[in-house]
Formats: sequence, structure tokens, C-alpha cells
Amino acid sequence: MSVDRAVVAKIASLARIRLDDAALDRMAPELNQILAWVEQLAEVDVSGVEPMSAVIPQALRLRDDVIDADPLTGGGVRDLVLANAPAAEHGFFGVPKVIE
Amino acid sequence: MTALNELGVRAIRDGVAAGDFTAREVADACNAAVASAAALNAFILATPDDALAAAERGDADRAAGRALGPLAGVPIGMKDLFATRGVQTSAASHILEGFVPPYESTVSQKLWDAGAGMLGKLNLDQFAMGSSNETSHFGAVASPWRKAGSNAALAPGGSSGGSSAAIAARLCPAATGTDTGGSIRQPAAFTGICGIKPTYGRCSRWGIVAFASSLDQAGPMARSVEDCAILLEAMAGFDPKDSTSLDLPVPGWSAALDPDLRGKRVGIPREYRMEGTDAAILKSWEDGIAWLKDAGARIVDVSLPHTRYALPAYYIIAPAEASSNLARYDGVRYGLRELPQGAGLQEMYAATRAAGFGEEVKRRVLIGTYVLSAGFYDAYYTQAMKVRTLVARDFEKAWAHCDVLLAPTTPTAAFALGDKLDDPLAMYLNDVFSVPASLAGLPAMSVPAGLDPDGLPLGLQVIGRPFDEQSVLNAGMAIEQRAGFVAKPERWW
Repeated sequence: MSVDRAVVAKIASLARIRLDDAALDRMAPELNQILAWVEQLAEVDVSGVEPMSAVIPQALRLRDDVIDADPLTGGGVRDLVLANAPAAEHGFFGVPKVIE
Repeated sequence: MTALNELGVRAIRDGVAAGDFTAREVADACNAAVASAAALNAFILATPDDALAAAERGDADRAAGRALGPLAGVPIGMKDLFATRGVQTSAASHILEGFVPPYESTVSQKLWDAGAGMLGKLNLDQFAMGSSNETSHFGAVASPWRKAGSNAALAPGGSSGGSSAAIAARLCPAATGTDTGGSIRQPAAFTGICGIKPTYGRCSRWGIVAFASSLDQAGPMARSVEDCAILLEAMAGFDPKDSTSLDLPVPGWSAALDPDLRGKRVGIPREYRMEGTDAAILKSWEDGIAWLKDAGARIVDVSLPHTRYALPAYYIIAPAEASSNLARYDGVRYGLRELPQGAGLQEMYAATRAAGFGEEVKRRVLIGTYVLSAGFYDAYYTQAMKVRTLVARDFEKAWAHCDVLLAPTTPTAAFALGDKLDDPLAMYLNDVFSVPASLAGLPAMSVPAGLDPDGLPLGLQVIGRPFDEQSVLNAGMAIEQRAGFVAKPERWW
């Protein structure tokens, strides 16, 4: 499977990365080269093999249902949460208007 | 007397504790070394005051007779992928340039709690994506090493290239690294130092800028196996804030170091004998086999039949996870925002990410988006995850025949900056020997083995069973003792 310029433009749109024409021209052959190379995986017989999502088998832990169990990552730190925002106003993140 | 910035972790710790010199003197020496090495570009940001403050705390504790931490008086470099409270954490990207975390990563906090001080934030490949440190928004790092008779700048490896360069150049005794597909081991090999990636889950990922979460693992880099063990003890440990953190006690690796390998079996994976591997690398592998035999180990031939598929599987899995992890950079909550005149929210996202991500990061996010997209998910992503199972199974079968594996760390010595920049695939192939252990979550270490005919360092890699960092460190030490690697780069910076 190879990707053409239109497919790369579609992927870029899904990934929310603006690519201009020059970038599309550059990226399409690079992605094709990489994809052609990873496609050798298709020759591996994986019948009956489960996909591995965790290398060390572990059960997910549950923590106690306590509010602000860890004060640093709990609530009540609005100003810290907003401190690095490029635009914060009135205690909220600011974004361009999304409703007409 | 050896200059203080040339000393290792243990020598500094013990010297400070014994009163041979003060932590302040060590911090001064390292700060000065950092300040005089701008040509290496190893640091994105120097934090001399942090190093001095930690040193003065150590000296005051000693003067007052208080117990000293296991890293008291030891100044280190911190890869700029670890969130440090109040200090810019950029992941060497433009999109996080100026980001100042209001929190501290678990691993860095543990190091400070052990008494270490921070010399600065070390350069790396952008979001840890790269094998040469050339994808950094803040410019490439130059290795302190050069080929004999040449002035060409060489890659320090990547992604922990600032860490490797700084340690090899004696700017600091040790540094943190992170390893997703070889980012500790490959730069360690390129610069003639040691580095260990522990078992996945040993070190908390909390507060480390995420690249590929099922693979990312922090570890120490230093100039000796023992120094790595001391540092890893401070960095490892259970953290409830990381859902994949191992809830296991941290062994006393440094006290248990034992290079006597009698009764141990060392596996030599025959599939690692690949075409395109330098003759000097193959020679160093033979040396390593002889050294481990001399240490008492029995050498056994083993097979890891899916080795050649590990790298293509990695280059599906890691970009897939990256495309998901990097979705957080949206120009809203932190980091860069690009808001073209009249742009809406979606255009702001796309413009921000176009301006904030470098070429390699974009490439990987696009690959990841593609392999996860409807219609291609099973053919690429699920297939790669199944191959990952097979790669891990190969190792499990090998452990029936051996206790550790010995292989080269890289297929070549350090390459020149710019050499592989226009060929992403050639760059990826440099990780061919390091990626399999990453996919299987295994502890793996690189130790210097010697110099190639050009005078460049070569590394040997030891891979161990899950949770068995001790055997990896022990075999590493057996190599270290026999390799007698004392070469250091001649100062040009």
C-alpha cells in the first residue's frame, strides 16, 4: 500500500498538522519509503498470536476513592493548571470562537 | 590530583563524605566545565545555581553531622524530557519552548531527594525521536569524540545525545537518559560510556514527556557500571502515579555487584550477525565473548528468529503511540500557539502543530496516524503488536538456555553529523540491535568495549531477563574490567 499526495494530505488533516504543497511533496515519498519497509511484517506468520499491548503482565491498580488523595495532582490548583496556557482569561483556557 | 569534574559518581560521593573536598568545589568544577563547553551544545539550559544550592545543602548536612544521601554532593545533568519544577522543560521542541512545569517528575525528585544537584537540562532529539540528536529544535549536539586525523563533527547518538556528550566530555559524572528503542544504549556506545535501561516499569514515567508509553523507560548514564548501579537505585521504585510502575522493592544493585560469572550462561544470538555490521563491531563482539568466558561464564549459541522484524514493528508501534501522545499539543493548555488572522479552532490546532513540531516529529505523527486509521489498523498496528509478541517470545525461549545475552549495541561506530539526516530509514536502521530488548521490556546495558581503527568508541550490549538488572550489571562489570577502557576524547571544544 502506498500513499499519494492526497492521502498524505488526508492524514495530515486527521493529525491536525498543516502541510503546505512543498511539505506534501517532500513528505509523500518519505512516508512511502518507510511504509514500504515496514510492510515486510506482512510475511510473518502470526496465526494464533495475541497482540502484545503490555510487556510486563500487570493488573491495573485501583486507588482509594478519595478526593485530592495526592494534593499535587488533585483539584484546587487552577492557577497552576493555567499558568502555562498561551491564553487564559477569567480562570479559563481561551480559544478562538467555536460557535457561530 | 584528578580534576573534580573528571571524577565519577562514587568517587564524588565518597570524597565529599570523607571530607577530601567539598560538594561546593565539585559543583564549581562541573559548572565551569559546562560553561566552557558551549561548542558541544550538550545543554539546552544550564542551571548552575541549582547545582550550587544542592551542593551547599550537602556540605551543610555534613558539617552538622546529619546523614548524607546516597548521591550527596553529586551534580548531574537532567535530560530535558524530565519535568523540573520552575525550570523550562522543552523536550527539545519549539512547541514546548518556554514551558515551565509547576511539578517535578518522580525520577528527578528521587534524585534530588538522594542529594544530587542539577547542572542543567540536557539536549536531546526532539521528543526523543532520533538517533543522532540532530532533530533538536535547539540544534545538534556535537560528540566530544572525533575520528583520528579528522575535524568532522560526529553524532553523540540519540536521543540522549546531550547526556552522552556531557558525560564523555567530563562536564558531569552522570546524567539521566530515557530509552524507547535504544536512546540510552546507542548514545552510550557512541561516546564510550555506560548506560542501562532497566526493566520496563522500574522507573516511573510520571513527569517524563511521553513519546511511546509502552516502551519509554528512564535510566542512568555514567562512566562506570558501578556508577550506573548507584544512580539506578536512586531512580527506580514504585510510583502510584504511573499505572505501569512495578510494585517491587528496589534491589541493592551496587552492593551486590559481582563480576564473577562462574555458573552463568551467556547467550550469543546468532541473528544479530547481520549484513552491514562493521568488521570492528564484530571484532569487539568476539572480544566480549572471550572476556565473559574469562570471567567464568559458559557461552551458548541461541536463536532469536524474529529479530529482523523487531525494527519494522517498532517503527509502527512507536509512531502509533506517539501520534496519540502528542495529540495533547494543541496550543490551548500549554506551549506554543499559532493563531493566523481569522483562524478558527481547527486551523489554530493545525497551524500550531505545523509551527511547533520538527520534521521528524511530523513524520512519525503522520505514520502513526496512518497506521491507526480506519482500514489500515489491522494490517499495520495489530500485525506489529503480534510481531511484538513473537519478539518477546523469542527472548523467553532463550532464557531456558542462558542468563544474559551479549550482542553489539550498534551496527557501526558514531557517524558524522548530517550523514543520515536526509535518509530517515538509514537513521532508523542504527537501532537494529537495541530495539528488540525494548519491545520485550527487558533490562539492557551498553558498556564500552574499545576503540575502532578510527579511534572511536564501540559498545557491547548485555540484555537480561525481566527484573534481573543485577545479572546485566554483573556481566557489564566483567566486560568493563577486561576491556580496560580508559580512552577519552581529546579536548577541542
